[in-house]
Parts: sequence; C-alpha cells; structure tokens
Amino acid sequence: MTGAAADEGPLARVVREEWGRLVSLLLARFRRLDLVEDALGDAVETAARRWPRDGVPDNPAAWLHTAARRRILDRLRAEAMALRKVPLLVVEGEGVAERAGAVRADPGGLVEDDLLRLVLMCSHPALDPAAASALTLRLVLGVGTGDVARLFLVPEPTMAARLTRAKKKIVTAGIPFAVPSADELPERLDVLAQTAYLAFTAGYAPGSGPDAVRAELAGEALRLVRVVLGLRPGEPVLTALLALMLLQHSRRDARVDAHGAIVLLPDQDRSRWHHDEVAEALALLASPALTGPVTVQAAGYAVQARIAAEHATAPDAASTRWDRVVAHYDTLLDLAPTPSAQLARAVAVAEADGPRAGLALLDGLDDQLPQSHRLPAVRAELLSRAGDVRGAQAAYALAISRCANDAERALLLQRRESLDR
Amino acid sequence: MRYVVLIAYEPGEWDASDEQARKEVFDAHHAFERFVDERGRRLESAALADADTATTIRHGADGPVVTDGPFVELAEQVGGYYDVELPDLDTAIAAAKLLPRSYTVEVRPTVRMDGDQSL
Repeated sequence: MTGAAADEGPLARVVREEWGRLVSLLLARFRRLDLVEDALGDAVETAARRWPRDGVPDNPAAWLHTAARRRILDRLRAEAMALRKVPLLVVEGEGVAERAGAVRADPGGLVEDDLLRLVLMCSHPALDPAAASALTLRLVLGVGTGDVARLFLVPEPTMAARLTRAKKKIVTAGIPFAVPSADELPERLDVLAQTAYLAFTAGYAPGSGPDAVRAELAGEALRLVRVVLGLRPGEPVLTALLALMLLQHSRRDARVDAHGAIVLLPDQDRSRWHHDEVAEALALLASPALTGPVTVQAAGYAVQARIAAEHATAPDAASTRWDRVVAHYDTLLDLAPTPSAQLARAVAVAEADGPRAGLALLDGLDDQLPQSHRLPAVRAELLSRAGDVRGAQAAYALAISRCANDAERALLLQRRESLDR
Repeated sequence: MRYVVLIAYEPGEWDASDEQARKEVFDAHHAFERFVDERGRRLESAALADADTATTIRHGADGPVVTDGPFVELAEQVGGYYDVELPDLDTAIAAAKLLPRSYTVEVRPTVRMDGDQSL
C-alpha cells in the first residue's frame, strides 16, 4: 500500500490516487453514499478483469468514473421501478442536476471543492473520532475495508460494521456534503487535523499489539494531510501537522532494529533518518502560514514539531539542545497543560538538569495518568540514573504490568534486567 | 430534514435564577427561533415541568407498572424540546449553539415510520 508507485499496477495506482475524487464527484451528482461506494467497488472489480485483457484505458480514472456512473444509474432505475424510498445525502443548496452540469463544465475548481466536501463530511465532529479516521481512509484515500481493519488492529467484520454505522449516521442525521462557512471552517479543519493525527498516532506508537511502529498507517495519515493541504494551501493547522508528522515519520526506519525491537532516540542511527522529509518539515515550519495568528491547535502542532525538529537537527544525541526543548515544552504547556506533555517536559528537564530534577516533576502526575505505562517507565529510568536500583525495579514492574504493546514491553523487561548488571 | 432538539438542564436552575439571568435565557431562545425561522421552520416546542412531576409506566411480567419520577435519574433532566425542520445537521448544530449556555442540547433526527398503512 505504501510501496513505491512503480511497483503498483495501473489499477492500484488510480485507486490510490483518484479514489477520493471519484467518490466526491459521484456523491455530488447522486447524493447516495451507499450506491457510490458499491458502484465504484464494482467498477474496480470489472477493471481488474478487463484491463489485463483489453489493455489499460488512456484515462483510467475517467473509465472507472463512467463504469461506476452507469452502475449507479442502473440501480436508480431499478429502485424507481420498485418505488423504494431511500434517504438522500444532504448536499449544499438545491438543484443537484444543475450542479452536476457545472462539474462537467468546469472540472478544475469545483471538483477540488467536492473532494474537500468529502473530507469534511468524513471528519465531521458529530461522528465518533475513531470511526471518522477509518472512514476518511476508506472514502478519501481508497484504502480497502480489510486494510483499514488491519491498520486499526480490529477484525474486518468489526471495521465493516463501524464504517457502516458511520455512513448510516451521515445519511440519517443529515451530515452535509458541504464546505462550511468561512467562520466555521477553521474549527472543522481542526477536527479534520485531529482525525488525521489519530490515525497517524495509531501507526506511529500503537497502544497495543505486537509492532513497535506501523509505518503504513502513519504513511496513509500523512498522505491524507498532504491531500487536504493541496486543497487548502497554506492552512496553518495542516501545515503545522504535516511538519510534525514528517519529523516523526522521518525516524521510522531507525526506530526498530532488525528484530522489530524498539530503538530509543539517543541510540538511533541518525543516518537512517529520512533527511529529505526533515528538510521539508523545517521549510514548512518556517513558512508564512505559521507566522500569523493561528488556532490553539495549530500552535500546539507547531510547537510539537519544533521539539521534534530540535532532535532532527542535532548531529548526535549528546548535542541535543535540551534547554531549547524544555522551553518549547513550556510553550506547549501554556497552550494545553496535558499530563502527557508534563511527562515529556520532565524527561527533557532530566536531560538538561539531571535525573533528580526530572523526578521531582513526576510527583503529582500519578493521579492524572493512572493507567499509563509511560509514567512508571520514565520514573524507573530516572531512578536508575539517580542510582536508586530498588526504586527503579519497582517502577519497571508497574510499567511492565500496564504495557499492552509487545515491543515496548520487551524493551521494559530488558531495561529492568540490565539493572542487575 | 426534521430534527428534535432536546434540552437538558440542571433541575432547580430556573427557580434559582434572577431576572437578568432569565432575560438572557429568553433572549437565547428568541435568537434560536429567529435562526430556525430564517432557515427552515418550527413545528412544535414545549417546556416541560420539573422531572419530579413525571410519571413512568413500564410493562413488567405482571402487567403495567406505574412509578413516580422520570425513566432515568440523572443530574441533568430533559426540560424541553423543539421539533424543527432544517436543511442539514450543520444548520441544526448552529441553531443549537444559540440556546442558553447552561443547557446541554441533543439534536436527534426523526425517522419516518414505514409499514403503518393507516398513515
């Protein structure tokens, strides 16, 4: 799925690159979420049979669009015969036929607008956030239901039911296929950013399961942000989020060793970081989009990206400017005083001023992070650096009992063992 | 689209509020009503008496059982509703945001009941 484009067949490539546009174009015309997805699925199946035999059409996307459109028209005729009433998707304004005409007359701007409508519909705040993330991958990026299920670590029937429920809510509750007014749009783009970041985090640091990193899902979430930033160039929240994702994602190859075990930041082989992605992120952080007034959320992503940039630009772990990292965390805590940001700041303070200074900052976090394995893991590490082996052992035991990710737990077990040596 | 806008608030809040606070509540309702009238229409609405005046009827194994009180005991109680027609959920959410800040508001679409031939 994230393989190089050259490895993909023409069908896989057009599904990957054009799915969202095809869905949005057909939705704008027919307003039937159920029919559109089925018809496109059928069109792809037909293409998989015919293209190898008859040759790939000159315009593969147009071919799929035509095939799906015919399929929908057939279904609508059959339904008209059966006089079945099915709720329609709410589309901005009336006169769908006229709008469809307009799409044909001017495919440029209007089609892009339809894709934005689709993205905002899938990431609507009235949807469950996890379902919205999955639905966005499915409808905007064309990731198959089976793959979406695998990416979110749930069985396929569970994911299929989740997607169906989300689509049902869209239609029944009247979530519009529309771009909101200018005063609502920033808020909606914030929700979209959260939706994308949720998918990214599920890939970058899975809470459970066997893998330390699932770069595929993180890569898909990154692609989503790129697509939407293409529709809304210079949008601060998307600019900042893309920078943050690129910086975190640039370390993917160095974060696990050949056996799938986690390699911590100071021990990572920095030559294996994707430095082109780091450079792109640094350019985004310096872009005019982030110099003006931005939403709290955009500012939050930007400061987290600047923290990641401190690591990305340090030639080696020892040269990290921990004083600047701590200052960035102070800014972050001013924006959003979350316990996980306080924990991360405590780590940075420990690096800058020693383990005792970091440990002092962990006091009081236990009530706020009662389930976290990271808090006792950090405490264990800092206690061990401060020479308190017994305290470190107890903290590691607590962290291990709470950790649901296999690779992380393996690392914690290994650190605890190394205390005895 | 037809939506029922359910309003929840803390019991006793109205009795405890002063004249100024009550005026703000009325103003908010009027803003909501103007917004709905401009974009769709109001079908019905009602303010409900306190939940402690409610009576609940359930069918048990031995027949209907009548008890005092609302069907769920919560800190917040349904205190009123609007039944409105609006173009889409975004418009309904925008309208709901105009209601008094002390309310929690649930927006629920209505469905047509198929299968009853007498309708």
